[in-house]
Amino acid sequence: MLITCPYCGPRDVIEFTYQGDGNRERPQPASQDLDAWTAYVYDRLNPAGDHNEIWQHSGGCRAHLRVVRNTLTHEIRSTTFARGGHKAEGRS
Amino acid sequence: MSPRRTETGGRIDRLRTIRFTFDGATYTGHAGDTLASALLANGVTLFGRSFKYHRPRGLLAAGVEEPNALVTVLRGEVREPNIAATMVEIYDGLVAVSQNRTPSLAWDIGAINQLGGKILSAGFYYKTFMGPVIGPLKGTRFWMFCEHFIRRAAGLGKAGTAPDPSRYERMNAFCDVLVVGSGPAGLMAAKAAADQGARVILADLEANFGGSANWSGETIDGMPAADWAQRTVGQLAGNDNVRLLPRTTVWGYYDGNTLAALERVTDHKEVAAKGEPRQRYWAIRAGTVVLATGSFERPLVFPGNDRPGVMLAHAAERYANEYGVLPGQRIALFTNNDSAYRSALALKKAGAAIVAIIDVRGDVSNEMRKLASEAEAELLAGHAVVATEGGKALTGLNAQRFDATSGALSGDERSIHADSLLMSGGWSPTIHLASQAGAKAEWDPARQAFLPPKPTQRWIGAGAFTGSFSTVEAIAEGRAAGLQAAGGSAPLASLPFVEAAPGDPDPAPVFEIKAKGKSFVDFQHDVTAEDVRLAHREGFVSVEHLKRYTTLGMATDQGKNSNVPGLAIMAEALGKPIPEVGTTRFRPPYTAVSIGSLAAERFGDLKPERLTPMHDWHIANGARMYSAGLWYRPMIYGLPGETVEQAYVREARATRESAGIVDVSTLGKIAVQGPDAAEFLDRVYTNMFSTLAVGKARYGLMLREDGLAFDDGTTWRLGEQEFLMTTTTANAGKVMQHLEYFLDVIWPELKVTVTSVTDEWAGAAIGGPNARAILASCVTGTAVDNTTLPFMGIVHGRIAGVPVMICRLSFSGEMAFEVYSGAGYGTRVWEALIEAGKPFGLVTYGLEALGTMRIEKGHVTGAEIDGRTTARDLHLDWMLSKKKPFIGSAMMDREGLIASDRLQLVGVVALDNRPLNGGGHVVEALDEANPHDSLGHITACCYSPALGKYIALALVKGGKARHGTRAFVSDPLRNRFGPIEIVSNHFYDPDGSRMHG
Repeated sequence: MLITCPYCGPRDVIEFTYQGDGNRERPQPASQDLDAWTAYVYDRLNPAGDHNEIWQHSGGCRAHLRVVRNTLTHEIRSTTFARGGHKAEGRS
Repeated sequence: MSPRRTETGGRIDRLRTIRFTFDGATYTGHAGDTLASALLANGVTLFGRSFKYHRPRGLLAAGVEEPNALVTVLRGEVREPNIAATMVEIYDGLVAVSQNRTPSLAWDIGAINQLGGKILSAGFYYKTFMGPVIGPLKGTRFWMFCEHFIRRAAGLGKAGTAPDPSRYERMNAFCDVLVVGSGPAGLMAAKAAADQGARVILADLEANFGGSANWSGETIDGMPAADWAQRTVGQLAGNDNVRLLPRTTVWGYYDGNTLAALERVTDHKEVAAKGEPRQRYWAIRAGTVVLATGSFERPLVFPGNDRPGVMLAHAAERYANEYGVLPGQRIALFTNNDSAYRSALALKKAGAAIVAIIDVRGDVSNEMRKLASEAEAELLAGHAVVATEGGKALTGLNAQRFDATSGALSGDERSIHADSLLMSGGWSPTIHLASQAGAKAEWDPARQAFLPPKPTQRWIGAGAFTGSFSTVEAIAEGRAAGLQAAGGSAPLASLPFVEAAPGDPDPAPVFEIKAKGKSFVDFQHDVTAEDVRLAHREGFVSVEHLKRYTTLGMATDQGKNSNVPGLAIMAEALGKPIPEVGTTRFRPPYTAVSIGSLAAERFGDLKPERLTPMHDWHIANGARMYSAGLWYRPMIYGLPGETVEQAYVREARATRESAGIVDVSTLGKIAVQGPDAAEFLDRVYTNMFSTLAVGKARYGLMLREDGLAFDDGTTWRLGEQEFLMTTTTANAGKVMQHLEYFLDVIWPELKVTVTSVTDEWAGAAIGGPNARAILASCVTGTAVDNTTLPFMGIVHGRIAGVPVMICRLSFSGEMAFEVYSGAGYGTRVWEALIEAGKPFGLVTYGLEALGTMRIEKGHVTGAEIDGRTTARDLHLDWMLSKKKPFIGSAMMDREGLIASDRLQLVGVVALDNRPLNGGGHVVEALDEANPHDSLGHITACCYSPALGKYIALALVKGGKARHGTRAFVSDPLRNRFGPIEIVSNHFYDPDGSRMHG
């Protein structure tokens, strides 16, 4: 699997660390809503198809990326910085 | 000349003699021989004992698919089991032994299992190890006792116990075109792609490129096919854009056209050249892959088809043409297709007598009849072999009239005297890699074979792989595939001209001859046709269940011979056509892959090491080092004759009495900088950092999002917007990633950068009643008295002219200081401190003494912050700020995390004055025979010089309430039982008067 890092270009998956489901929303820090916190900490989507994921280019620039990956084919639809900004050229 | 070696012919070097041993006997062979061909040339017929019945077995094949002749190769103390003798190239001094026999291959006690065939049928293990459910032995361990012997009786080779001293390598490679297989198709593909200027890698699992060209006896462009192959390889080798990888098995096809391959670099050499690894793991990223992996000839299933001397027809042809070895002098062939006729002619030409060709088909073509008469063979059309005779070698066979449509046998059995029986049950394309890459194989009723699926990744097939079994087709398809892969257009030059024996590629749909006796489908796992039918009768109708129940195709050869015949027999039992029964999907690896090659440089000499700036000093001054992750740290600085315990007790005692110094450079260090640095730390740590004054340090605790403890350490405020965070050695990477994640993903609005500076700083911790006096005698530019440098204060000064940063903090519980300097000056500062300490009796101490003093103080480390404990469990609830939210604050008060019966940190004192062990259990009542009801476990232990006792830290259920009570340690693994007292984890100086001074 190749992930195209917006900084570094197409790199082997071995350089990246999977940082989990990118759909999770962290409650406001002061929130006491335990259900919302539990959902954030423990619930993960597991779709058969396109999945919104967070990956860190830990063996490279260390940026966190938001990657849309098809879990059936491992095809990567898009890669963007998790903090927003540049969108990498998608690979098909 | 050995008895079966031909006078001429073959691609071996008869002038070079090589000596090797097999089962202790010395044999000779020639350069170019495999272990299989060399032993065959020496008249060896018996190569192994079968998996379950211990039946004598000889060679079935000549290549990678060999199921019977598995051997163990010995190199010094290292043994590598289950290698096909057909894949072992001989070298001087090669030592190989046979497997699964006691005491010897010829006289095997396990052969008695043949008499119990009915009992050892499919599902034997499942049926046997259920019991006994009735009778006098019900509920006993009787079967567990038997299982030991039964499992020993069945099996393959034994793995060794000696560590593997070999070096392995990993390589990454990139190419436009990867060609897998170097037969005529693969060579043409590689040539065509290379001529277009593409970067080409050509890999073949054999030692010699050429594939079938090396033994087909055909002519290409007017020269022997083998010479044509060699010429083409020579042309390829001259190209800069071509990399040739012989002895390289492409074993995995993964996403993104990434393929895994194993190159056997020195397995065929007596001595490896300097720097050569044993094997090399290749990760190849290919633009396009040309799969030219050829095909496997299938065995026929008939009684006695596993007797030594029964061989695949092409294998015999290959032994004769490539190695100059005849498998027999009187050869019979048994076939359902035309390809065996060519084999018969080749063996005739090599000098053997062909006594009969037995063809299941009644209507044999005139072309084949002509080949049979050229081979001077009697042709028995419409016949089948129903029995074979002989013990450790074949002596003859029986044939009977056979109707290929109904499968019926008729007429009298006719006995034929032969010392070799060659069979051909048609051909199966080697579609493993294509199957790994995606879609399901498709059944072709004409070829009676599974053909490759439509590509789901960027690959192109060529040659026998696609079901095109002739060399003419292979050459045309190979060139087309190479051109297409390289993006080239149709060439003008004509294709090489092939002269080959004629033949129809379609076999008769006959897989099994049903007659009395054991007919083997899977030779390696001893699965018979009757086992397959038994599985069907017992209700295993899915091919996946059939496979697991009978273990068909689950041996090390992964069904390379047995897959299609097994399916055909199942299909017949079900009354369904083969495609409806389906095929199992092939998975990597294609052949066995050594674990060493996967570990490669992550293991052994090439494993990365992290050394502190003072490492050489430690070694020079007698430190015994041990590894902590990738780091190497001093364990003790032992004196001559000292035990480890004596050394650390001396070091710890001297530190508490005067002063000691320890290298703490391995602590994780992260620079946290920016306008929002303080705010960020408030969110990350459970306690406040925004209130910390510049020039002061604070002990901090981090939780995970789920509220459990994560890491601890001190963080120093160096400026309004600048902090130096320290982490535990083991968690440095994890903490860094944790911080980066929150800054990048959760709080991108915070203006903070984090930088790992672990390697930029050298650190020394000096502690003890005289530590301050030592510092005062060598530090310039600052005072170190209590006013200038109070507890948790930071000062900047110089030692030996080197700028240093000193923080007064304590892990040992003594008056202590951490002295940080630039890493390049670490040893200089360290030596200056040692020199300054001499008048005070300063000792260097290692991790053992460090651990001892921290246990005495009851400080926690990774052994206690084990991912299951909370701040409260570790009595760190005083650090949980109520004034602000922090990571983990919302989740840490969940019911289960605040329950009173949780494992809590306590101290333990051995009342029998004997050492305790980490991992030992704490129990209320001792029951050595049947240990039960653990209250918790010991996390760290030592002899405490300060207390004069063996003590430990432990995590014990409701531990706080148990202070002052008696319990027992129960450690059945190490047979350590005895009374203990549970106490507070703060053993020594609980009010901290020593470190506050």
